[in-house]
Amino acid sequence: MAKRILIDPVTRIEGHARISIHLDDDGRVADAEFHVVEFRGFEKFCEGRPMSEMPGITPRICGICPVSHLLASARAGDDILAVQIPAAADKLRRLMNLGQIIQSHALSFFHLSAPDMLMGWDAPPEQRNVFGLVASHSDLARAGIRLRRFGQEVIEILGGRKIHPAWAVPGGVRSPLTPEGQKQIKSWIPEAFSTTRLALDLFKQILDKNNNEMVWFGNFPSLFLGLVGPDGSWEHHGGKLRFSDSQGRVIADQLDPRHYAEWIGESSNSNSYLKSPYYLPLGIHGGMYRVGPLARLNVCERMGVPKADEELRQFKQLGKGAVTSSFLYHYARLIEMLAAVEFIQAYLDDADLFSTHLRADAGINNLHGVGASEAPRGTLFHDYTVDENGVLTKVNMIIATGQNNLAMNKTVAQIARHYIHGPEIPEPMLNRIEHGIRCYDPCLSCSTHAIGQMPLSIELLDVRGQVLDEVTRG
Amino acid sequence: MAAKTLTINGRQISAAEGSTILQAALDAGVSLPTLCHLEGVYDVGACRLCLVEVKGASKLVPACTTTISEGMEIQTATERLVKYRRITLELLFAERNHVCSVCVANGHCELQSLAFSQGMDHVRFEYIFPKWDVDNTHSLFGMDHNRCILCTRCVRVCWHIEGAGTRNVAGRGGQSKIITDLNTSWSESESCTSCGKCIQSCPTGALFFKGATVGEMVRDRSKLEFIVNAREKKLWVYQD
Repeated sequence: MAKRILIDPVTRIEGHARISIHLDDDGRVADAEFHVVEFRGFEKFCEGRPMSEMPGITPRICGICPVSHLLASARAGDDILAVQIPAAADKLRRLMNLGQIIQSHALSFFHLSAPDMLMGWDAPPEQRNVFGLVASHSDLARAGIRLRRFGQEVIEILGGRKIHPAWAVPGGVRSPLTPEGQKQIKSWIPEAFSTTRLALDLFKQILDKNNNEMVWFGNFPSLFLGLVGPDGSWEHHGGKLRFSDSQGRVIADQLDPRHYAEWIGESSNSNSYLKSPYYLPLGIHGGMYRVGPLARLNVCERMGVPKADEELRQFKQLGKGAVTSSFLYHYARLIEMLAAVEFIQAYLDDADLFSTHLRADAGINNLHGVGASEAPRGTLFHDYTVDENGVLTKVNMIIATGQNNLAMNKTVAQIARHYIHGPEIPEPMLNRIEHGIRCYDPCLSCSTHAIGQMPLSIELLDVRGQVLDEVTRG
Repeated sequence: MAAKTLTINGRQISAAEGSTILQAALDAGVSLPTLCHLEGVYDVGACRLCLVEVKGASKLVPACTTTISEGMEIQTATERLVKYRRITLELLFAERNHVCSVCVANGHCELQSLAFSQGMDHVRFEYIFPKWDVDNTHSLFGMDHNRCILCTRCVRVCWHIEGAGTRNVAGRGGQSKIITDLNTSWSESESCTSCGKCIQSCPTGALFFKGATVGEMVRDRSKLEFIVNAREKKLWVYQD
């Protein structure tokens, strides 16, 4: 008799989602799909707005990574104005993006994912959360929460508020760093180093215990995409695109983000609001690529700061060519946090940060502009077309989470195949499937804008598509 | 000029003959919410926020366009008035697309400030979500009809301070629209002098300097008052 189990909602991710698992005639897992069931629609309702308002509107897409949208949007605006922004403005934008990377990565690691790794995959769900972590590892939890606060304070010091600062604008930024702000950020640096170090050491210790997860949580060949500097170093704002493969070979390098459409195709699927971008030259079947911390560390040759470079060297030993297990997104996230703290420390004494020459002024010089920036979750593109008065006629956003869609589907299928045997789904298995998604730290609220709901439920379907089992958590 | 004696909220006051209730109230230190009123131009009683109760009058009257008379008994903050003002504000919000968080006037908007001060914590009416366009054709300024409350301040400053007569009102009721000349785009207007007075007069984010981002539209109304005082009272210095 057909039975329905529902996991609803998928917890500890940003947004709402559902998973379907398809079984073959013998009851084995044939395939799995990840559905994003919420719809935001920013691409459509921004049409008709003046381009200059976009850095104010698009951060509202997300409360976790508003800075990513702010910066990508401001860059698309720079492109439409056809200006080179003042050097000080570029440095200030970078500083804010580093704060953003720290606060978002700290949230993903300490609040959302660490409970699984530290409390245990089979721990009762009521303990497997940040409150459980506070009870069992109070020092670590407190340090993690404070690290996030550090990142948010960097954003607030520059933009006037922790969430949704309307600070970057087409042509530059609105205000500089103040000496008090500089002092405040500096006072955080020792603690930020110590917490990232603590987390890295801890992760390396638990890596051995989590060998199974490393092997089965999204471990497969794919391409990787990220921004790199001219010398192939880690980049988070500015730079050019690089695709590399799972052998670690660079297959396309120094691509201008403005021409992303020549390299990235977008397919949509009737069962999800999330579009599936792929590497166009290889088609949708061969062109699956991953973005985000794992991808950025795979595509770059060096971080550009000494402590993180040493960590990168150790990280790269975990793969032959590229590091292919999505479980190691967590590791990559920690290394990026370390690098971000190092870069913030290195930037802080630059006198340019106090400059008041921060905003280039120009009219509408290009009718089309693209802005790319590395969001914590991966490369983010904002693509605007305007009329001669700067009013938007078309908006396309390629969101990091969308670019990981194909890989998330494959990850869910891989974990399901390994852990599901028969039509019953035990709860700890469910959590592992959820965690497969958590590795990518997806932000579903960010990612569903094309005109076309997501509590996570897991459905088990037979070969005819009939629902055998559906799991929900009330 | 003869003085008239009247009461506001039970307090006896005197005011110059010919004053409006609004002037008399402000002189007596009684504040009244206003939106279409702007120092320097005549009043039209369009927004209905300054409505007051006058003893013996069957309907509420706008304080800005009602002249005082001897022995008038005025109430400015009765339960009925508070209720009506809030309804008026809610209707203004429901009628067009006012999204404070991403608006150029956020933090410097008279509509937003009034909603705060009158305790408008939510809107009980269904939003209409109309589709109005943005006229971004002028090289310096922009107008977003989505944020227009039809107070006609811009029309009055354009006709009676600048004397250009560029701004007008077309249409009826909620479909009324502020137009330039005979409904051309702003850039095609033959009469606009690009003086920017309309920008300084706007109480919301409807009129803005082109390129302004969230919260950047801080207006300087004193520029308008200065021009009027200079012209009418020959006061050629800024009054603080």
